[in-house]
Amino acid sequence: MAHAKNGNKGRWSAGVTPYAEMGYYNADYIPKDTDILCAFRIVPQEGIEPIEAAAAVAGESSTATWTVVWTDRLTAHEHYQAKCYRVDPVSGTNQYIAYIAYDLDLFEEGSIANLTSSIIGNVFGFKALKSLRLEDMRIPPHYTKTFQGPPHGIIMEREYLNKYGRPLLGATVKPKLGLSARNYGRVVYEALLGGLDFTKDDENINSQPFMRWRDRFLFCMEAVNKAQAVTGEIKGHYLNVTAGTMEEMYERADFAKELGSVIIMIDLTIGYTAIQSMSKWARKNGVILHLHRAGHGTYTRQKTHGVSFRVIAKWMRLAGVDHIHAGTIVGKLEGDPHNVQGYYATLRGDKVDANPLLGLYFDQDWASMPGTMPVASGGIHAGQMHQLLHYLGEDVVLQFGGGTIGHPDGIAEGAAANRIAVEAMIQARNEGRDTLSEGPEILARAARWSPSLHKALEVWKDVTFNFESTDTPDVVVTPTY
Amino acid sequence: MRLTQGTFSYLPDLTDEQIQAQVQYCLDNDWPVAVEYTDDPHPRNIYWTMWGLPMFDLLDAAGVMHEINACRHAFPNHYIRVTGYDRRLGRQTTALSFIVNRPAEEPGFYLERQEGADRQVRYTLRAYAAVRPSGQRYG
Repeated sequence: MAHAKNGNKGRWSAGVTPYAEMGYYNADYIPKDTDILCAFRIVPQEGIEPIEAAAAVAGESSTATWTVVWTDRLTAHEHYQAKCYRVDPVSGTNQYIAYIAYDLDLFEEGSIANLTSSIIGNVFGFKALKSLRLEDMRIPPHYTKTFQGPPHGIIMEREYLNKYGRPLLGATVKPKLGLSARNYGRVVYEALLGGLDFTKDDENINSQPFMRWRDRFLFCMEAVNKAQAVTGEIKGHYLNVTAGTMEEMYERADFAKELGSVIIMIDLTIGYTAIQSMSKWARKNGVILHLHRAGHGTYTRQKTHGVSFRVIAKWMRLAGVDHIHAGTIVGKLEGDPHNVQGYYATLRGDKVDANPLLGLYFDQDWASMPGTMPVASGGIHAGQMHQLLHYLGEDVVLQFGGGTIGHPDGIAEGAAANRIAVEAMIQARNEGRDTLSEGPEILARAARWSPSLHKALEVWKDVTFNFESTDTPDVVVTPTY
Repeated sequence: MRLTQGTFSYLPDLTDEQIQAQVQYCLDNDWPVAVEYTDDPHPRNIYWTMWGLPMFDLLDAAGVMHEINACRHAFPNHYIRVTGYDRRLGRQTTALSFIVNRPAEEPGFYLERQEGADRQVRYTLRAYAAVRPSGQRYG
């Protein structure tokens, strides 16, 4: 790096040569349509030139090591080297956005593990950088087509469930730990009977001493089937099959399938390869696959270090999940409105344009890969329905856990309040009403004939979570007056 | 019971004016509207009987209402649904689907449990009304 000045040393002389001089920086390089592109946010150590720092990222995420090796000369090294082709300062900060192109040959087909071992495998601990963040990736169709993506996707899920024209509704069973299987199934039954489409295991409900997985599956499926009989609608409970080994996960998933569950779930903590294996299983067995992004906040939340969630969203659509939690904007968990809308566009769109306002650095062409249904969960309630619909749209699962189970008149009433709120809002929107501004009035009008909605609005009317986001796009919308 | 399939089943039954507003929304989105009816309310009964073809060329909501009312007149005690279909690339699916007519009495479903080994239960839903032949189910 900067302390390793080249002097008059030749390109192939033994010793240390700056990465930029070894070909890892090339301002004239024009990315090919087949290249995988990355945008990294880098903060170099004091005294390190930004271009050299960016070239080091390109080098260490592709072919380079810290010193010159003669064995490079046995290869067409220019082909395999990643090339940083652009470095932009982020005004008012010590940060830079480095754009790096990787040849398609660097990656194994259909392997998120391989893709990520290259791109984020080694560089994030690099001493010459204070911090590093992978902001976005452009995955070309040539690579996208080596994955099958979501086993069902948004369209197939709706046709399978026979539910159209509105967001789907769900709830996570609470308390998240401690309920016996029988009591747990009661919550599932009441919530589905009251009007929700789905209920959900929480990420850390696996198979603990207070409730073993097999017991939970049996009681939950009794609840699901009974609720289907009472309503005449398809219902589902996300049976979490997360376990310590693939063998155990397959055993649980097979049992869920045998019981007739339409959906199972896994946690992000099982790892990329396990996710891809479960995706194959879900496609083969016709079961919808829900992914809970457990643990992502450890590396997605800070603006200057880690991996942006928009990248995780891309990887998971490739790996093949039907559902993924992607933020609520108005709820209790981190999520700048523009960033979250960018994640939703990434998950649902087919040709998604670069949009700095939404934090999207590149055009992304999904080449007709089915979309992943985003899930909004965490601290949302019926009184926010107009905002949720405005920001998140229709192809989303809105999950009201506390906002269902915490209803003063019971779980079924809480569920009904949410269902009535969403249907009333869709009806009003389709009639041409401006739901964002008239939302509270639309809800109040429905609450006049619905005591359950009336109660829900009363209890949670003042609940908001207004905290500043730690992660926002660099470009902000400037109001024009 | 009240069958809660369709987009607006938790609201009070839509008035004709409200139905027409939803039809207009479909037409404004370039979604042709179709009318379908059935006397088999099972949630896995996908293919309800078509009241003619989807109305690809009927762009007038009042005209659609005429067809809905004709279907209601012919089948006053059936379930009737109105669907808007989005043919755009990447969708090619139903965009909106809601019930506009239902039988006066909805007896609901019988949940049959077939007990198996290891505490497993095989569940089957049967609509009480569907025990009788089609056409004789809802009086």
